[in-house]
Amino acid sequence: MSGEVMVRAEGVHKRFGLNEVLKGINLEVQRGEVMCVIGPSGSGKSTLLRCINHLEQIHAGRLEVDGELVGYEERNGKLYELREREVARRRSAIGMVFQHFNLFPHMTVLGNITEAPCRVRGLSRDQAVDKARQLLAQVGLEGREDTYPRQLSGGQQQRVAIARALAMEPKLMLFDEPTSALDPELVGEVLAVMRDLAKSGMTMFVVTHEMGFAREVGDQLVFMDGGVVVEAGRPRDVIENPQHERTRAFLSKVL
Amino acid sequence: MTDVEGATPAPPAIKAVPVRHPGRWVAAGVIAVLVAMMVNSFFTNSAYQWSLIRHYAFTAPIFHGIEVTIELTAAAMAIGVVGGTLLAVMRLSPNPVVSTASWFYIWAFRGTPVLVQILLWFNLSSLFPHLSLGVPFGPTFVTVKFNSVVSALTAGILALGLNEAAYMAEIVRAGILSVDSGQSEAASALGMGRGLIMRRIVLPQAMRVIIPPTGNETISMLKTSSLVSAIAVAELLQETQSIIYRTYAPIPMLIMASLWYLAMTSVLTVGQYYLERHFGRGTVFGQPDNTLPRRLWRSIRYIRPRPDEPAQPSTLSEHQ
Ligand SMILES: Nc1ncnc2c1ncn2[C@@H]1O[C@H](COP(=O)(O)OP(=O)(O)OP(=O)(O)O)[C@@H](O)[C@H]1O
Ligand SMILES: [Mg+2]
Repeated sequence: MSGEVMVRAEGVHKRFGLNEVLKGINLEVQRGEVMCVIGPSGSGKSTLLRCINHLEQIHAGRLEVDGELVGYEERNGKLYELREREVARRRSAIGMVFQHFNLFPHMTVLGNITEAPCRVRGLSRDQAVDKARQLLAQVGLEGREDTYPRQLSGGQQQRVAIARALAMEPKLMLFDEPTSALDPELVGEVLAVMRDLAKSGMTMFVVTHEMGFAREVGDQLVFMDGGVVVEAGRPRDVIENPQHERTRAFLSKVL
Repeated sequence: MTDVEGATPAPPAIKAVPVRHPGRWVAAGVIAVLVAMMVNSFFTNSAYQWSLIRHYAFTAPIFHGIEVTIELTAAAMAIGVVGGTLLAVMRLSPNPVVSTASWFYIWAFRGTPVLVQILLWFNLSSLFPHLSLGVPFGPTFVTVKFNSVVSALTAGILALGLNEAAYMAEIVRAGILSVDSGQSEAASALGMGRGLIMRRIVLPQAMRVIIPPTGNETISMLKTSSLVSAIAVAELLQETQSIIYRTYAPIPMLIMASLWYLAMTSVLTVGQYYLERHFGRGTVFGQPDNTLPRRLWRSIRYIRPRPDEPAQPSTLSEHQ
């Protein structure tokens, strides 16, 4: 394991066609840190997360995860695009949790969690099942192995999704508004799982509008708008004492 | 439920005069007259030769023809489904060469009559009298006569199957596209590769959309297979025609063949109904069928609900 920096972005640019969505993002997340990202709709938060997970390619700048360039390989000062297999390998070490859970509806909870460990990691079925049961206990869903996702509440589904991501033993977890699609009374149970995860030392990159969570669990808070980082700092400082007018305006709407 | 505080007991059920449908009675009258005329002609017009139909309907050549028809349908559909899936996946490939090749195949095979394709396959031996195994443009190792490998039956199966693949490709493609993109995204994020995602995540979910039209295609194939009588494959229509040459009774024999085709498509339709009900729950394919036989069947079930089933309007229970 190299270095202490888990994610490093330097002047990251990303565009869709002519639409420039990321216009020079700079940030750094240390190993074991929780980075929270806030910002208005369309500011490029999801896109940044997707870039970190190799789901999108960046056009300019440098993006590194755990010391490795995202999407490219550097040899003799030259960049080489990565093969699909290698991209998949790197992705498998990064967990991702989506706003709409994206559980596999045709598989049971157990199937959802063991699918990738068995087929990508090559774990034996027994090993994967053991691990899955352990993770289900960790997210407070023991005994739900044989249920199908649609039989679960949103909060339970999201906790299964977290367990599914953890089953790949990721070194970094990405969360894209994990509680935005939940009924208010279900938000707490998901945040509790994430809080435990942060306590266990997981490096987390969380796009969220839960200011309470950001303030309490976050080590850094970044406010993005229009494809740039407008303000960054310790969550308490940014929330209580925003330096920029845009940050202030945004916070006044979400707090 | 009734012990919830503030809930009132249900008022008496609504009794209303149902809407009258005079149009239905007029239609029923007209159709009854037409049916009566037809039935009358069945009994009075001796040209139907019912005894001849009854005699030939259960003879060995007809049974053989039915067997070949079923074989043709099954083999062609197998090629169609496998080929169609392959073409659909190719069509959606990020590789432009592969996707264009698939587009071109679908364009060519859907754009030409299947009868022409059957004749082409049958006559291919004049283009390639011999089939050889070897290095392209280089030495050959084995050579066989085309006709010894590709019989009329094989030509028929290939033509029907490869044509069907073009249609199945569009069906499978629609199925794949119907699956939420978040599914492949979540699977990619877990490190699964494209092939694995297709096989384990996308295709199983696409089935719900793919199965019902595939049933239609199978029924359609059963009938289309009669076209290979043009290259003298001994399927049901071809066997029927041989009998016609002997008996000079085209109408009775064609009616007999039609009845057999009807019997086979009916069996398939019933099978399709249950398949659709199984795969189409909660989708547009789960819509109730409003033809009279189905409505009668539903009302019978409504009058006598199964003991484990609460009595409720069956149209609702069909919807799920
Ligand atoms: N695949 C894509 N193709 C084209 N444009 C895209 C694509 N994905 C995102 N965009 C555009 O990029 C911009 C930023 O989108 P992004 O989803 O990153 O915003 P966001 O900050 O996550 O917003 P939200 O809070 O609504 O989730 C938007 O204008 C969107 O239209
Ligand atoms: Mg977003």
